[in-house]
Amino acid sequence: MTENTNTNKINSFQKEQNKVEMRKQIITFALMIFFTMIAFFAVMLGVSSTFVIPLILILAIVQVGFQFYYFMHMKDKGHEIVSGMIFGGILVAFLVIITFVAITWW
Amino acid sequence: MSIATTQKRGFGAVLWDYLTTVDHKKIGILYIIGGGFFFLLGGLEALLIRIQLIKPENDFISAGLYNEMITMHGTTMIFLAAMPILVGLMNYVMPLQIGARDVAFPFLNSLGFWLFFLGGILLNLSWFTGAPDAGWTNYAPLSVQSPGHGVDFYVMGLQLSGAGTLMGGINFIVTIVTMRAPGMTYMRMPLFSWTTLVTSILILFAFPALTVNLFLMMFDRMFGTAFFDIGLGGNSIIWQHLFWIFGHPEVYILILPAFGIFSEIIPTFAKKRLFGYTAMVFATFLIAFLGFMVWAHHMFTVGLGPVANSIFAVATMAIAVPTGIKIFNWLLTLWGGSITINSAMLWTLAFIPSFTIGGMTGVMLGSSVADYQYHDTYFVVAHFHYVIVGGVVFAILAAMHYWWPKMFGRILHEGMGKLAFWTFFIGFHLTFFIQHFLGLMGMPRRYWVFLENQGLDTGNLISTIGAFFMTFGVIVFLINIIYTAVKGEKAPADPWDARTLEWAIPSPPAHYNFKQLPLVRGLDPLWIEKTEGKGKMTPAEPVDEIHMPNGTILPFIMTLGFTIASYGFIYQVDHKGWLIAVYAGMAIALGCMLIRSLKDDHGYHITKEELEREAD
Repeated sequence: MTENTNTNKINSFQKEQNKVEMRKQIITFALMIFFTMIAFFAVMLGVSSTFVIPLILILAIVQVGFQFYYFMHMKDKGHEIVSGMIFGGILVAFLVIITFVAITWW
Repeated sequence: MSIATTQKRGFGAVLWDYLTTVDHKKIGILYIIGGGFFFLLGGLEALLIRIQLIKPENDFISAGLYNEMITMHGTTMIFLAAMPILVGLMNYVMPLQIGARDVAFPFLNSLGFWLFFLGGILLNLSWFTGAPDAGWTNYAPLSVQSPGHGVDFYVMGLQLSGAGTLMGGINFIVTIVTMRAPGMTYMRMPLFSWTTLVTSILILFAFPALTVNLFLMMFDRMFGTAFFDIGLGGNSIIWQHLFWIFGHPEVYILILPAFGIFSEIIPTFAKKRLFGYTAMVFATFLIAFLGFMVWAHHMFTVGLGPVANSIFAVATMAIAVPTGIKIFNWLLTLWGGSITINSAMLWTLAFIPSFTIGGMTGVMLGSSVADYQYHDTYFVVAHFHYVIVGGVVFAILAAMHYWWPKMFGRILHEGMGKLAFWTFFIGFHLTFFIQHFLGLMGMPRRYWVFLENQGLDTGNLISTIGAFFMTFGVIVFLINIIYTAVKGEKAPADPWDARTLEWAIPSPPAHYNFKQLPLVRGLDPLWIEKTEGKGKMTPAEPVDEIHMPNGTILPFIMTLGFTIASYGFIYQVDHKGWLIAVYAGMAIALGCMLIRSLKDDHGYHITKEELEREAD
């Protein structure tokens, strides 16, 4: 059970916290747009694909991380169960992919 | 407003009440009734299968009908009987055990039930036009080439009921994570609630694989794709992998709640705290985790190669370790306890050796080298019936005896309970023990007939006789239900001198469950209050208004829409006119979703005065 759900009585500490949180959200948002632009420009400028493909993959993984931890609040307290579930789901999805790549199609 | 205090109502009013209910207790009962109905259907199919195999070269039913019979028996028992009854028990008991007033999403709960039920009805309607006949595993390419609409019904029926189960799973997870009573920490939750949580996690991760698989099958059969067609560059092994990635966790979805039920019954009737509670929780998680790593042990003979086979064989055998932890913990809970033996306890005590036999043959089958001998013989049939009947069905029957007083306010008749137990128990071992040997002698599963003088005659006869004993046991249980409903002994709130929260409230509970949420002071909260406190739960809050959800007919209509659309999908292959059904059905379903989204429904409040009037 969460203790403080009463939004009328946000104290100054809470306000400061919200401000910091907002700044973080905006920074991550800007970073994600920036990463997407890098990916687009890398393809448009015709950089060799041996470089572009790993670059895009790395950027994608970082963006997924941002998505989970900032926008879906997995970094906040009380989200341990959610994290556990998401990583469990990732594990199962990974298993399925490994199976098809390693056993069925390889 | 318990059932006892309400006035007699007309049949129409009761029907409307159950069609629109969002109360987790009523939905739990609906699940149990629905699952029980399909259990009887599946049992009837099993009986017909055994009659066909009573003697060599029997022609009681035709080969085609036999194929339909085995397919529908397996599918019905797994998806429409065992799982829904367990989901029903979870629905009824879990919120009471963790001290909640309902599940987190009552609307979703109702929708989940109707999807399961109408999905099951849709699947069984196929009997009128030709049932699915490709086995409950529905392997491609056999299923893709199966003529008629049987397999289409399998695909659409399971898609609907699978969606319902998925919703149920999500609902339970959210309920347990967010709605535990004050003081009910995770490590104070009763083991049945724990297994509900872990089972729901398994449902959440396993069912999407089935959903995807069924969609691939649907597109292959109805819209001309070739996911499983080798001739056009597809691969039929994809079906098997996806099916078992879902199918093996499914086995644990069935058995973990059963473990939870026994972990409730044994401490209650042994009058001892569950031995090794922490180890039991840990073992539950370990089984769930390993359950995702072993699906290919169903596919040892497919030709995955020695490396893959070895990995999966080792992982499979590893599951014996946490299961063993559980078996020993139950034995040690019994050890030195002051044991009461009644019907619930008889099923529990019979479960331990029966399930252990099934577990042992499981380890034998897990050895990939030996599996080439056992694969697709009656040895496998014997193995999975030992774990599913000896584990899940015994657990369901034990749970019926254990929680019946809580659910219906009456105690099931002990004498009939014991008669049902002994006939079913003896019949079960007669039916399936001999099948191990039939399998070792080489009798293949799923065959319509067997030949004379191959050493299979007596074994099959004994097996069929056992099936009749089991039928007798089930009939006695049904008579017991009717007898109890008419003149069963009235149950007090706590008939078993039990330990967990659900026994702290009246039987059957009020629709808001707890007038005041209880304060939980440790594991087995009611037992703690009995031994160290006042004998009843201390409230954690003053009597105050209770917020309750309104009943709604939308889930039922929505599901009706999906069912009509499914019918349209199945038959649009023959005639494009059936697309009307697809559009109409989807319009109904989406319309209901729209109404649900746009119309605010804030529920209602039970006032303080009303609560105080209903003195307990």
